[in-house]
Amino acid sequence: MDRFTGKIWVLGDDIDTDIIIPTEYLALKTVQDMAPYAFSPLRPELAGQIREGDIIVAGKNFGCGSSREQAPEIIKALGIRCVIAKSFARIFFRNSINNGLLLIENDKLQSDVKEGDEITVAINESIECRGKQYPITSLPQNLVDILNAGGLVKAMQRRNGLV
Amino acid sequence: MGSTIIEKIVRNNIGKEVHPGEIVTVNVDRVMIHDIFIPFVASKFEEMGFTKLWDADKAVLIYDHLVPASQVDDTRHFRIGNEFVEKYGMKNIHRSDGICHQLMTEAGYVKPGDIVFGTDSHTTTYGCVGAFSSGIGYTEMASILGTGTLWIRVPETIRVNITGKLPPNVMAKDIILRLIGDLGADGATYKALEFTGDTVKNMTVVSRMSMSNMAIEAGAKCALFTPDEKTAEYCGITLTDKERDLVGDADAQYCQVIEYKAEDFVPVMACPSNVDHVKPVSDLVGTTVDQVFIGSCTNGRLEDLMAAAEVLKGKHVAPFVKLIVTPASRKIYREAAANGTMAVLAEAGAIITHPSCGLCCGRTGGILTDGETVIATNNRNFLGRMGTSKVNIYLASPRSAAACAVAGKIVTLD
Repeated sequence: MDRFTGKIWVLGDDIDTDIIIPTEYLALKTVQDMAPYAFSPLRPELAGQIREGDIIVAGKNFGCGSSREQAPEIIKALGIRCVIAKSFARIFFRNSINNGLLLIENDKLQSDVKEGDEITVAINESIECRGKQYPITSLPQNLVDILNAGGLVKAMQRRNGLV
Repeated sequence: MGSTIIEKIVRNNIGKEVHPGEIVTVNVDRVMIHDIFIPFVASKFEEMGFTKLWDADKAVLIYDHLVPASQVDDTRHFRIGNEFVEKYGMKNIHRSDGICHQLMTEAGYVKPGDIVFGTDSHTTTYGCVGAFSSGIGYTEMASILGTGTLWIRVPETIRVNITGKLPPNVMAKDIILRLIGDLGADGATYKALEFTGDTVKNMTVVSRMSMSNMAIEAGAKCALFTPDEKTAEYCGITLTDKERDLVGDADAQYCQVIEYKAEDFVPVMACPSNVDHVKPVSDLVGTTVDQVFIGSCTNGRLEDLMAAAEVLKGKHVAPFVKLIVTPASRKIYREAAANGTMAVLAEAGAIITHPSCGLCCGRTGGILTDGETVIATNNRNFLGRMGTSKVNIYLASPRSAAACAVAGKIVTLD
């Protein structure tokens, strides 16, 4: 089973898509151009501090707000390995899976961790932090298939015989 | 066991009974793409290896967020959109007719029982005519354009039953804000809302539209009203038996039932900076106001402009307040001009802009700065939505917003 360890950044409840990427940057040409402005209304310095393999731990309703798919794309472009939250907003959830960004729902971890902690994730099994285990549930098979294909674009390329 | 409205719509679409929690693939009746996302939809569509649209007549492209262009780069979106329309034989394109959600119902693209997806979270709006409509991202939109299908999880339904007569000065906006406050910003996540009761039966389709529009602010997948004679008139159709049957059965299973008495509603505002941070206007009296915005896909319709005009008639906005009025469509603009509403607004000192998303998405016409306060009739008051992250955005009904514009501070309506 796939396991990875990363340093965590802790965010609160209702992190909306205008916080993840404000509308004024949405017309920039590429996701890479937008990435430095991620989370800027809340924590302008955060995008510059995130390193490849880091993990976001947040509260409830992460990704609420608009349908902008740049939100998960930018989080992925910043190098975030996965987002763990108490719950996710519906459109953000679909967009993340479609872009191959792993999301994990867990509502116990938040009260036990602080920013900078290292945690280990065993996909579809558990999260481990400071010796304590937090069980996590599995994703439905159709979503696992999209994640395993590397996102919806690759899944469609396979359907259309391109790969 | 009976069915809820969403269960009936999905059943009719795929031809078999469904239950909440099931994952099914539906056949899409209509899609809407707007200007911000068309470049991404176009590139993902081709990257996926598609060479033609599943049904060009079922796709609608609408320029609204970036109209007219405020940054040089915005024009790229129009160019790519125009090329896409030409290359794939699309006919349904609106380049400056108004806001996408207004046009989808106004121009007859959506009818009761349809399944519709759009690249915008407020696509829930079309539930006002009994359609299952929801927002998706551009990658999924690209896959629908190629396949005509999408997987969905059949949602549980929360029934919201409202009975009685609304007090004067209470608008549909006050009802939906109160509901969002009660449910919380994630209270309906992954779920369908179903509105029932004589209060909503007596509402115009346009008032219902304000409510279904904002359902997403409680996380809802869709928000449904049973189609009736008003729906038929609005859509310009005669209802079929199948459409009339889009009513929650008496023995349908609801995950939650919320009851309201219409007489208990009061004018409210969503306070900075969460839509579920809802308080009665009477608790907020006295806060100084720098700007008022009346418009958007939530409250930019003729009845909204007329409600504001009724409050503003014979009065003038406070000298330091900018009142920005943005009709939701060109048709509404014409109607408001023809029936004298525009004249009342103009005489009261309103800045009347072209139909578009305008200030709601914080890109044009009225950006604010640190410490300023705006009373706005749109659907979001998130940090940084209309300028800097230190702007205070209060969401309100058109009537409440108009009264604040005159007073230069938050006031209750007499």
